[in-house]
Amino acid sequence: MSGKTQSGLIKSSIGKKVFMGLTGLFLCLFLAGHLAGNLQLLLPAEVARDQFNAYAKFMTTNPAVKVLSYLTYFSILFHAVDGLYLAWQNKKARPQAYYKKDDAANAGWASRNMAILGTLLLVFIVIHMKSFWYEMHFGSVPMYASVEHGELKDLYTLTVSAFTQWWYVLIYVVSMAVVGFHLWHGFGSGFQSLGMNHPAYTPILNGFGKGFAVVVSVLFAILPIYIYLTSLN
Amino acid sequence: MRLNLKIWRQKSAKANGKMVDYTLNEVNPEMSFLEMMDVLNQQLVEWGDEPVAFDHDCREGICGMCSMFINGRAHGPMTGTTTCQLHMRHFKDGDTIVIEPWRAAAFPVIKDLMVDRSAFDRIIQAGGYVSVNTGSAPDANALPIPKENADMAFDAATCIGCGACVATCKNASAMLFVGAKISQLSLLPQGQPEREERAIRMVEQMDKEGFGNCTNTGACEVECPKGISIENIARMNREYLKAKIAQK
Ligand code: HEM
Ligand code: SF4
Ligand code: FES
Repeated sequence: MSGKTQSGLIKSSIGKKVFMGLTGLFLCLFLAGHLAGNLQLLLPAEVARDQFNAYAKFMTTNPAVKVLSYLTYFSILFHAVDGLYLAWQNKKARPQAYYKKDDAANAGWASRNMAILGTLLLVFIVIHMKSFWYEMHFGSVPMYASVEHGELKDLYTLTVSAFTQWWYVLIYVVSMAVVGFHLWHGFGSGFQSLGMNHPAYTPILNGFGKGFAVVVSVLFAILPIYIYLTSLN
Repeated sequence: MRLNLKIWRQKSAKANGKMVDYTLNEVNPEMSFLEMMDVLNQQLVEWGDEPVAFDHDCREGICGMCSMFINGRAHGPMTGTTTCQLHMRHFKDGDTIVIEPWRAAAFPVIKDLMVDRSAFDRIIQAGGYVSVNTGSAPDANALPIPKENADMAFDAATCIGCGACVATCKNASAMLFVGAKISQLSLLPQGQPEREERAIRMVEQMDKEGFGNCTNTGACEVECPKGISIENIARMNREYLKAKIAQK
């Protein structure tokens, strides 16, 4: 074999896929952490307010968490750009559609709709970050003095009041279904992209990924519903 | 039995094609799909029409020449079967059968149901071989190969290069084919000296041909007439990644 081969990893199809897998699986870890933090919202209101706000303060000021959060911003951006670029290339690879194609005969629905699911997620992430992340960092979240933790921004009250609007709850619940479908396929797919496939472990990993997708999306979705229902009485 | 056929007709690579309806009245359920096409063509010739062009060679399921997207699936409704090994008994009297060529930017239509699959040949030319002359078959056991590796290499080597994986993939990705070809040699001693370079070259050529990117839907392994597993795609990803990281 002769001649030059020196194009960068990221230029190749497999390189792009490897980065999809790395960023996607990192985001799964992020989701697990994010969920654990948010579950504090289920505590009784008096306890939850201080505890959640103190946690929010820690998450926005701790230097180690800062590093992780920058890695998360980067991963979301990279994952979205890389994913949409791959999807555009994939569209170009079949310029003429079939007259008849039985897509459901050989592949699951989620796996065939990753780009649409991902785009919906991107829209959701923008709405979500505007509502809470932007307000926390740059907006005017009211301060109050807590007994145990001193001065705190009251993100708890902002969050709880946001979910008294039924349509806002609806956006979140639908988006969590989107997360669920994205991860139903994505979790196992990420490992396959990284070159990990083993007759004994892959079925276990894929099964775990589906469980992860359901548990994470359902638990996330319970939060706005719970807050909404509590606000009714 | 009586069949309604909807077939893609396209005069040449440049011409626009369209779906054309035909009716065949006396199809024997024991015929293979290609024999049914032969009967149709006989009828077309008798009517003074142009016969439908389609690829075929061995008609034994071993050469990989036959193609055809039948009722929305590569090589038709049966799994583990090439079009030439598909029989009309799997269809019912009065059925409508839609027949199209493989559709991919990298597989342009030549005529009717024939597509140009030379992109696969160029991927093989890029590295799907062993450069040194290996001579005649060595003595058994002169070159020890673990049984598992021999089995995996053999399974990968059963790929007949038909292109059904590309045809069925929603992204028109060739990764099952290329994964099988890279795996086959990476698992055997003869493939070792050029192992890294082969992975890089074949993947680069695959990308150059304009195939899509795998999204791990797994459709290819369902439709592959030889049951090639997507484990081979994971192995290709590993081989390529290792080769790229070690590249000087
Ligand atoms: C928290 C958010 C997200 C998580 C946890 C996540 C997770 C994942 C995972 C694990 C995969 C599988 C990677 C692979 O197959 O190698 C994946 C694939 C994908 N993601 Fe996401 N994702 C998220 C957000 C997004 C966003 C915002 C987009 C934007 C458009 C997106 C677009 C895609 C696409 C197109 C794929 C398929 C890529 C391919 O297989 O080629 N994802 N995602
Ligand atoms: S991997 Fe299977 S479907 Fe693809 S070219 Fe080889 S034999 Fe055909
Ligand atoms: S004609 Fe050879 S495999 Fe079908």
